[in-house]
Amino acid sequence: MSDRLVSRRGFLGSSAVLAGTALAGCSGGSASGDDTIKLGVLEDRSGNFALVGDPKHKASLLAIEEINENGGIDGQQIEVFDPDPQSDNQRYQELTRRMINQNNVDALWAGYSSATREAIRPIIDREDQLYFYTTQYEGGVCDKNVFAVGPTARQQLGSVLPYPVEEYGSDIYTIAADYNFGQLSADWVKVLADENNANVIGEEFIPLSNSQFGSTINRIQEADPDFVMSMLVGANHTSFYEQKASAGLEVPIGTSTAMAQGYEHRRLDPPAMANIYAGVNYMEEIPTQRNTEEGGFVDRYYEKFPDAPYLNEEAENNYFSIYMYKQAVEQAGTTEQEEVKAALESGITFGAPEAPGDEEIALDGATHHVDHHMWVMRADEEHNVEAVDDRVIPETFLSETVGCDLTQEDEETQYTPQDFYEEAG
Amino acid sequence: MVNGLNLLFQFLDSFAFIVLAAAGLAIIFGIMGVINLAHGEFIMVGAYATTLANIRLGLPLPAAMLVGVLVSAVFGLLVERVVISGWLPNLVSQRAVGRDVIEPLYDRLADSMVATWGLSLIMVQGVRLTLGNSLDQIGTPLGNIAYSGFSYSTYRVLLAGVALAVLGITYYVFTRTEYGMRARATIQDEDTARAMGVDTERTYMTTFAFGSALAGLTGALYAPTITMVPGLGSSFLVEAFVAVVVGGPSVVLGTTLAGGLLGSINAVFSNLVGTFFGRIMLLLTAIVMIRFLPEGITGFVERLRERRQEGA
Repeated sequence: MSDRLVSRRGFLGSSAVLAGTALAGCSGGSASGDDTIKLGVLEDRSGNFALVGDPKHKASLLAIEEINENGGIDGQQIEVFDPDPQSDNQRYQELTRRMINQNNVDALWAGYSSATREAIRPIIDREDQLYFYTTQYEGGVCDKNVFAVGPTARQQLGSVLPYPVEEYGSDIYTIAADYNFGQLSADWVKVLADENNANVIGEEFIPLSNSQFGSTINRIQEADPDFVMSMLVGANHTSFYEQKASAGLEVPIGTSTAMAQGYEHRRLDPPAMANIYAGVNYMEEIPTQRNTEEGGFVDRYYEKFPDAPYLNEEAENNYFSIYMYKQAVEQAGTTEQEEVKAALESGITFGAPEAPGDEEIALDGATHHVDHHMWVMRADEEHNVEAVDDRVIPETFLSETVGCDLTQEDEETQYTPQDFYEEAG
Repeated sequence: MVNGLNLLFQFLDSFAFIVLAAAGLAIIFGIMGVINLAHGEFIMVGAYATTLANIRLGLPLPAAMLVGVLVSAVFGLLVERVVISGWLPNLVSQRAVGRDVIEPLYDRLADSMVATWGLSLIMVQGVRLTLGNSLDQIGTPLGNIAYSGFSYSTYRVLLAGVALAVLGITYYVFTRTEYGMRARATIQDEDTARAMGVDTERTYMTTFAFGSALAGLTGALYAPTITMVPGLGSSFLVEAFVAVVVGGPSVVLGTTLAGGLLGSINAVFSNLVGTFFGRIMLLLTAIVMIRFLPEGITGFVERLRERRQEGA
């Protein structure tokens, strides 16, 4: 009996601690002064996207802390508002309204998935809120209020796809998550395959809730492609890599979604990720001086968050875009959002961790996208990751194909490859 | 076009997944009248305990799986006492018998759904706060079977054998053991069973622990194949519920028939058309079954039998 009582008390005690932590998480950032710059950071620390959202949140805090320690922006300290949106789009909408109307944030960073971005974009546009979307995504958002600083499908797939075509052959099988990101990314694979003289011989779209890939693996084996392009998303889909390895499917895979975001090469038992090529603007392993040298980005991140599991692609995007915002405010001399947008459009550059040497990445004022330094990272049998290719790839879809120029004309549109390419149709 | 062996393996795979996902849920629902919406999280407990025992404690995989089963059985026992049975307030107010303070959740379908759903939210977030957003994953053992351009994971084929063994053991426990007899007596008429000296309280407790152990076994078996995140249970829940709805009240027979029917539907359609279509067909089957056989396959069989007896 006494044993039971002890364990019961222990259980109650630990759940009280849990409840306390949860409450503490909600009340962050309620004090507000007038002489601070207010930034809203909505990143998922629970729910479906917690794994990939948590590093974004941490890297934002790192950038803000660094800026505050170095005297703030033009002498003003940054105050951060960062409730947890819990991977819930409805909660995102409520919190976005709260950030704009009650907290009066000067700029907002929010959201992991494209579905989230599209859920809050109408609110952003109605309020003309300066907004940074930092996830790698399908591309095509030409919106006067949105700075989509993550790489687009054309940049990511465009960097990785030519590599396996040259190395293994031209027959491609596409597997992608069944929502706007996956569908549009699969269209980009078709467009890029055409540009690289390759063919898509099969494709399959998989619901986000699916975690069993037996039939998908069979269908890939039946089609017998030279390599697979994978735009699978989320925790359930990660099971694909382990399952294909245990089924003995040894096909090379090109991807824009695996490893750089959910660090599968660290979490999965080798050789599940062997021969996977990721086209990314950032991974913890990219060999640049600013990233891996002593006192570099990786060191600073783990010094502040010793228990953090990984520093992912989107974390770097949050990090450098906060610095770009700082530059823009200092250039504009105000936090007035219209003037900061104009400053951002004037062509801000920053020495982000992704860029090697003294190179800087540039924010393209016309499209609100970034000309990223893209890397092709390959994992081997032991899950060691090495860079096999890297170069600057400008965002050309909006600038060249669509002709989006937000410095001349205000727009709030998302363009898709289907609008411009026959292959995508 | 489609290799027959492919279809067979895919069927075994789906069959194992559906049966293992549903077994614990079906037992707890069939015997206690409790719909356990935290069933997926019980599977998560088994998977997490297995992974932690294997990676952090260095136990070999089979031993780690045993740990997973035991941990989830003990966890289920705790949940039954604290949440389902209302035993806790009796302890507080020192009453030996009767449940004056809290009604237990037995046979209260809607109430048990709300309570266990709340429990599932607490479990997912509790695991996230204590163990983080993910665990490292164990690799799948046993390699693969290769045949003319195709190959299939040996381990996953083996799971179909385990699923059959689980059904066999469950059948044995409920028909050949004293506990099984008491459990069946409790389902049929709780008051009479108690009058005959069956400790129904204990039966419920054991049943919930048994169901939890089966959920834990499912988690332990699938731990090497799925991603270790706190929300992993949700990917089992749809299959489990569809199987229970289609199978009906008889636990072993219902689950077997549901696993066979749904497994072949899933195998055929996801192999011929695609994963997405396979899932649509699963849900369509559930809709058709609820519409025409609201008591599931075994409920329908039972009704036929009763009608025949009346006629005779």
